Amino acid sequence: MAQPVLETSPPVSDEVRKTTCYMCACRCGINVHLKKDADGNNRVAYIEGNRDHPVNKGVLCAKGSAGIMQVTAPSRLKAPLKRVGERGEGKFEEISWDEALDLATEWLAPLRDKAPEKLAFFTGRDQSQSFTSLFAQAYGTPNYAAHGGFCSVNMAAAGIYTMGGAFWEFGQPDWDRTKLFMLFGVAEDHDSNPIKMGLGKLKERGAKVIGVNPIRSGYNAIADEWVGITPGTDGLLILSLVHLLMSAGKIDFDYLANYTNAACLVNSDPDSPDYGLILKDDEGRALVMDRAEKRPRCFDKPDVQPDLTAVWENNGITHKPVFHLMLDRYLDKKYAPEAIADQVGISATRIRAIAAEIARVAFDEAIELDQPWTDFRGNKHDKMIGRPVAFHAMRGISAHSNGFQTCRSLHMLQIILGAVETPGGFRFKPPYPKPATAHPKPHSKVTPGAPLDGPHLGYPQGPGDLALDADGNPIRIDKAFSWENPLSAHGMMHMVIANAHAGDPYKIDTLFMYMANMAWNSSMNTAGTIKMLTDKDENGDYVIPRFIYSDAYSSETVAYADLILPDTTYLERHDCISLLDRPICEADAVADAIRWPVIEPDRNVRGFQSVLCELGARLNLPGFVDGEGNQKYADYADYITNHIRRPGIGPLAGFRNADGTGGGRGEANPDQLDAYIENGGFWMEHVPEEASYYKPWNKGYQEWAVAKGFFDAEQPYLFQLYVEPLRRMQAAAEGVGEIQPPEHLRARLREAMDPLPIWTEPFGEQVSHEDYPLHALTQRPMAMYHSWGSQNAWLRQIHGRNPMYVPTKVWEANGFAEGDWAKVSSPHGSITVPVAHMAALNSETIWTWNAIGKRKGAWALDKDAPEATKGFLLNHLISDLLPPKEDGMRYSNSDPVTGQAAWFDLRVRVEKVSAPTEAQPSFPVLPDLGVGQ
Amino acid sequence: MTQLPALTDKKLGLVIDLDTCVGCHACVVSCKGWNTENYGAPLSDQDAYGADPSGTFLNRVHSYEITPKDAPAQVVHFPKSCLHCEDAPCVTVCPTGASYKRVEDGIVLVNEDACIGCGLCAWACPYGAREMDQEEKVMKKCTLCVDRIYNENLPEEDRQPACVRTCPAGARHFGDFNDPASNVSTLVAERGGMDLMAEQGTKPVNKYLPPRPKTDAQPEPEIDILAPLLAPIASDSKGFLGWLDRTLDKLPGA
Repeated sequence: MAQPVLETSPPVSDEVRKTTCYMCACRCGINVHLKKDADGNNRVAYIEGNRDHPVNKGVLCAKGSAGIMQVTAPSRLKAPLKRVGERGEGKFEEISWDEALDLATEWLAPLRDKAPEKLAFFTGRDQSQSFTSLFAQAYGTPNYAAHGGFCSVNMAAAGIYTMGGAFWEFGQPDWDRTKLFMLFGVAEDHDSNPIKMGLGKLKERGAKVIGVNPIRSGYNAIADEWVGITPGTDGLLILSLVHLLMSAGKIDFDYLANYTNAACLVNSDPDSPDYGLILKDDEGRALVMDRAEKRPRCFDKPDVQPDLTAVWENNGITHKPVFHLMLDRYLDKKYAPEAIADQVGISATRIRAIAAEIARVAFDEAIELDQPWTDFRGNKHDKMIGRPVAFHAMRGISAHSNGFQTCRSLHMLQIILGAVETPGGFRFKPPYPKPATAHPKPHSKVTPGAPLDGPHLGYPQGPGDLALDADGNPIRIDKAFSWENPLSAHGMMHMVIANAHAGDPYKIDTLFMYMANMAWNSSMNTAGTIKMLTDKDENGDYVIPRFIYSDAYSSETVAYADLILPDTTYLERHDCISLLDRPICEADAVADAIRWPVIEPDRNVRGFQSVLCELGARLNLPGFVDGEGNQKYADYADYITNHIRRPGIGPLAGFRNADGTGGGRGEANPDQLDAYIENGGFWMEHVPEEASYYKPWNKGYQEWAVAKGFFDAEQPYLFQLYVEPLRRMQAAAEGVGEIQPPEHLRARLREAMDPLPIWTEPFGEQVSHEDYPLHALTQRPMAMYHSWGSQNAWLRQIHGRNPMYVPTKVWEANGFAEGDWAKVSSPHGSITVPVAHMAALNSETIWTWNAIGKRKGAWALDKDAPEATKGFLLNHLISDLLPPKEDGMRYSNSDPVTGQAAWFDLRVRVEKVSAPTEAQPSFPVLPDLGVGQ
Repeated sequence: MTQLPALTDKKLGLVIDLDTCVGCHACVVSCKGWNTENYGAPLSDQDAYGADPSGTFLNRVHSYEITPKDAPAQVVHFPKSCLHCEDAPCVTVCPTGASYKRVEDGIVLVNEDACIGCGLCAWACPYGAREMDQEEKVMKKCTLCVDRIYNENLPEEDRQPACVRTCPAGARHFGDFNDPASNVSTLVAERGGMDLMAEQGTKPVNKYLPPRPKTDAQPEPEIDILAPLLAPIASDSKGFLGWLDRTLDKLPGA
């Protein structure tokens, strides 16, 4: 039989439009192929990666390719909704946008004039925070943040305070040059395609990959070496590596002396009021001992030779270099591998082998690039020297109550090796590096009827920057920047509902949220949170009186809101991925990007940011109305194009000025969005060659950064191995200064606010290990991002259920067989769920995939969907509060430094039970919204 | 019964690197997207939002655990699609001639116009690489994106299978195995590319690169070998600082 004749060049699509993905927070460039339907309307036919885009360079993950099914999902909301039944009943009536905005204005306008703090505006997985925060600031409430507090603020804050940036949006391993890569904890969700691409590059070059994770899934499966660590002990392992490397002198002394504050002089007199603070000149610049002149000199003098060893005595007060304090701490035998091996679950021999491998690669395989550069002191260098060891970590080590100091420890390990901003190590992405002192401080001063006194979030430098009232009480509803968690740089979204319900520190009137599934997977204590949202007071009124929510889909939270503002999908809207916000740059390039409506919505929905433009105008907010009181920005696209943040700086850095030639700085360009579309949806400019590395200290980089508008003056700085703001908080806890913490927090602050990295046992360990012998964790599947894609017809065929994976020891001890179920209990609650055996797992740890479980009736899925009958959340086992202390106090289940939610501190026990009809706890079916979806 | 060509001009296929595949399913969904819109009938889904969702996929990723006796357990991610066998039993079993292997490039295809949906080919395939579309009742399988690789409407760099173009880790490679200098032939030679279930005698064209040996599968290193790298300088800060001073003073310019 003859072969059929095939058309091998069929038409692919009618048109390709290039925009930015939003199936997760990675923000890849995508080519959206469109075909015209019978009515001539554009239909999304295929989505692929954009080859020119700096983030993904053409590749695209499973989520990205499945984005097409987000548009046609039956769970999409259709129109604004007003609740007509009780909360949770799912009874809504469809209203017009005018009615919706009238209602919101009716609620919010009087509140602003009287008590703007009674609006709590939290925007979840928002990527427009520089805009939404402007709205909140103009409104005047101090109660604004996005979701960083329950995500990875420990990583971000530890990085900013230590070295001016952390992983992901701040920087990346030098994938092209590193020879040894060490990955800590779950990392499959953030920066997803770049890490996969990077791992591919390492594999191609034969570079070694070490994975440190209790679970050998995903990236750890392809690691050359797997370190199945005990959860919560990463910091201890890191400090043991630091101990071994320091003890052997396998650290970069030149780097430490010149580019870090290791040579800065710390007041070491316990009787001095400045005990623990760094010696400075009259202008507040840090001093170091000059090795040649044997006297303190300013750290940035051209010919200064910072001395790591010399001590300075002045007026009877001894000042020691930070390096002395580091030696005193980390040479201690308590960090020896033998001392910690049992606790971390790794043999001392293995720990030594890892340290030796790091030492060998960093120093015996050092890289030299023939690239001249000039440092900030004016010294010229012929070469760039690299220590080709790189690290990456995100939530895995962040989401513990010791996460901040663990992240600090990891940053310190990179720094002592001289492996930050050097070839083969970790590299910042513009506009980072940016030290904590160059970021705003938190602002919280409320004036009824007027804007807040400045940006909500920031990096406190001492007790004076905390958000406390005259009596020392928290000003913010989430208690961010209070003594309970002084450096809560991203706020604490996970505490908002609990605190608002308890009226602690005060009652609120309106809860306003965007893209945050608080009635399900985004809350600890999910059932408790649902109850708080539905609870009524003695008058029969809801304890949290009003709840406005914006979402594109009928998530679990929609049923509990009073007013629903239906959002568009990411293919139907304008967005800017801005340098003012959460950038998408690469180490070698500055870049930003847009989303634009590549298709028009077929229903009565509006992009949330455009809705805020109108709501802000209706509320007459400064910045949202023009001189005549008319709406200033017609929609978000108008704002993106015309908003000026500082002279010459707007939301988008590319194609500025009327002729579109401005990059970084320039006047607004009315045709800017068209220029982005023309360019494939993004703008990019390369970092000059001589500015590629040593960015914090590289004169070439600093000058370029000023020219591009990242900052207005060159700001070279030293890495802060010793973090003075931490010491200032610690000193307050010791009784220094006028702003004092409450008595019950003193001891915990003294320990937690240590200016040098430490390891402490996670709070979650303070339960009986006999009753709760196992750790329980979640991992992030690469093909599903949180709950976002869970209604996606294609992705749910890949991850439609999530068993509890159990290690061999526990599997055998319980006599489990395939198809069995177990009751898993924590001090907070219990769940009954299907189990599965996994051998490649820490023997004391069980785990499941995050956020696959769904509530019945939500997301327009059948009530018998496997996500609801067999899928489950670990959240039901996790409390937002720790068990009561002896004095009856209950602290938030968070890191005491930043307030980061300690999701991974969880301890549990497992018992085999007969199979129930469905996973427990089982919640009532959420009713069909009837209208809207 | 359908005849297989004795020889094909080219031998197009994939190399899949199991040392690099992280199991992200990017290839699975990209394939689903492309092939829903292109060659033959769309890949349908049944009960897409219901209690038992299922659908047609031409490529799926499986994960396996390996439990070596004296080393930690390992996980291998294993993407699987049609291997475009030289001795393809799915072709020879086809009663209508719908299944065939192309003479010019060796791609195994189903001519959907001739397919009666009998399913014999799926039974004959030892790899389970074919799926009957429940809506159209025709047999679906990997086409190696025959409508991409020669498609003059695509930029030249995009003329490769959708799964290869999208793979974030670069674990998938496409090329001509008849050309000993091709990227795929080179990879197979250098990395010991393997046939899947060679004992079946199907002579699969696609090859798998095995995972490299894990270093944690080796015995723990002898401390003596590593000792010099970590030899302690001093037992306390004082001794350490003395050493450092002496060392720095010896450096040129000090």
